Amino acid sequence: MASAKSPLMGSGRLIDENSFKERMIVLFTKWETLLALLFVLEIVVFSNITPYFLDYFNLMNASFTFMEKAVMALPMIFVIMSGDIDISIASIIALVSFAMGYAAEAGVDTAGLIMIGLSVGILAGMFNGFFITKLGMPAIAVTLATQSLFRGISQAVLEDHAYTTYPESFAYFGQGYVGDSLIPFELVLFLVLAVIMGFILHKTTYGRQLYAIGNSKSAARFAGIYVDRVRFINFALNGLFCGIAAILLTSRIGSTRPNIALNWDIETITLVVLGGVSIMGGRGTVPGVTVAIFLLGYLKFGMGLLNISAKIMIITTGVLLIIAVLLPNFLDLIKAKRKLRMQQVRQS
Amino acid sequence: MRLIRILRAAVARREISLIILIGVLLALVTMRAPMFLSGNNIQRIVNDTVILIMVSLGQLLVILTGGIDLSVGSIIAFSGMSASLINQAHPAIPAALILFIGVLVGTALGMVNGAVVAFGKVPPIITTLGTMSIFRGFTFVISKGQWVTAHEMSQSYMNLPHGDFLGLTNLIWWGVLVSVVMMYFSTYTRSGREVYAIGGNTTAARFVGVSERKIKFMIFTISGFLSGLAGVMWTARYAAAVNETATGFELQTVAACVIGGVSIAGGSGTVAGVILGGLFIGIINNALPVINLSPFYQMFIQGSIVLLAMLINTLADRRQEKMLLNRRRS
Repeated sequence: MASAKSPLMGSGRLIDENSFKERMIVLFTKWETLLALLFVLEIVVFSNITPYFLDYFNLMNASFTFMEKAVMALPMIFVIMSGDIDISIASIIALVSFAMGYAAEAGVDTAGLIMIGLSVGILAGMFNGFFITKLGMPAIAVTLATQSLFRGISQAVLEDHAYTTYPESFAYFGQGYVGDSLIPFELVLFLVLAVIMGFILHKTTYGRQLYAIGNSKSAARFAGIYVDRVRFINFALNGLFCGIAAILLTSRIGSTRPNIALNWDIETITLVVLGGVSIMGGRGTVPGVTVAIFLLGYLKFGMGLLNISAKIMIITTGVLLIIAVLLPNFLDLIKAKRKLRMQQVRQS
Repeated sequence: MRLIRILRAAVARREISLIILIGVLLALVTMRAPMFLSGNNIQRIVNDTVILIMVSLGQLLVILTGGIDLSVGSIIAFSGMSASLINQAHPAIPAALILFIGVLVGTALGMVNGAVVAFGKVPPIITTLGTMSIFRGFTFVISKGQWVTAHEMSQSYMNLPHGDFLGLTNLIWWGVLVSVVMMYFSTYTRSGREVYAIGGNTTAARFVGVSERKIKFMIFTISGFLSGLAGVMWTARYAAAVNETATGFELQTVAACVIGGVSIAGGSGTVAGVILGGLFIGIINNALPVINLSPFYQMFIQGSIVLLAMLINTLADRRQEKMLLNRRRS
């Protein structure tokens, strides 16, 4: 970049990179900013239409409905950012929930159930990771197969039955509040996990490696990054977080059926992509995804308050997903054109 | 020695090893239940599988370019629902015209996918993940959440797949027609070969003048066309158009492709392989009740088979690479 004030002449216009206008353009073409603005707009619109929206108690309780998906979205950022995908996560939930239900029937206590949940989750993730990184099979194909496999295990054993007996203390994770406040435990847990994952992604070597792998696997390998090891850890993390989400969900609804969390893989991927993580790899932030989670979660809540039917919500989610990728492409195009113009100006 | 070499070459060809596998499977099931291999039952299995094969052939083209079409199930639901609604409202309209409209609807939805992928530069998995919800949502919108049931459909509409011709159902003939056309298209036409070229090496294909945009638009349109056809056939065959028609069907089509030896990375796979892959799934699904295995095992078994099929694909590819390396070294 040129010195602090660099007036560049181009097509009769002055472009100053550090001017207020230029900085604003950079800021407002950032995906995270657009999302945050959209979120503010959403709150303003809904709170003007219905008096029940901007209510502390309602807002807190509404978060119960999307916090499990939010937890699942965090490691999915890592997976998608490094150019992979995992469409088996909802089935991992089914498997974990099944394992915990099975153990609970056998009389395992809450601490034991948590241990089982976390370890089954991480094992399922490692199972995916093994096929993908050690045998070099495409992530989409492997997780497509394990999607049937994991849920299939639960279905084969449970058939059309359900596990409904869990220890009383187990209910806290999905239904409890922190202390005497109205803040759900799930919400706090998610925020803590988001901070941890955000720290890993944005402040550690591991995070930088993820960006590098997402941009170019072979370049990353030549730079001395153990690409396959990082990807394996990603899938294991994904499994672990699915285990956490399964504990929260099972605890919240208090029962395990084979069709638990059906289609959540797609909803989670929607959250991550909407949050600005590029499916082509190499781009995305934890704050962006966090905003997207609350944006979509409260959109559903608000639309529910207005009695808008579920089918319209399904359509909205789909449209948002496509726009979320189309718009950055479009913004990139504009940015590229501006850059080109600046370069041309500099050369002349 | 020579025999072994020939055998090895035969097993290396996915189609032949699949035929052998299907033969073994049939033999095993027939041992437990002799009536499984009767002519009637075979026709029933094929009849059950034709729709899967037709849609999988569209999926094949998309996968060949390195993409994936997750919206096929929703396109089936939407086009099937619109055809059934027209039939319900105007029973006098000839069934052939309704079929045409249904296929047209499917094609249009496929074009939406194609346009977003080819011109919007949105990755296929995201596009079709989005349109999967969108099309499914609109199915609910046009049906207002209602079903169209057998007594609301005209006889001629239900005869579209059920009618008989030369001893086989119309549905099977449709399947044969689609398979033959697709075989010809993928092997002997310029556009068909360009699909393989894009999947094999996009950059190289672009340099020899293949229009990536045109091909991507085309394959999603074809996939939509076949899904539209499948949608009409589905609703007419089961004499019911429900909003949940074909949920999860996209995964079965991908499974048929993977079992048929299609590489998910794109560039390799054959029509014959996919047909056999589809038949394999059909036989398994039909065999489970025959050998007294609860249908609840279906999902688990299907998942294991897909994983196994891919494992075999990968290991075979590795072997081939190693052999190539050895040859280069010597």
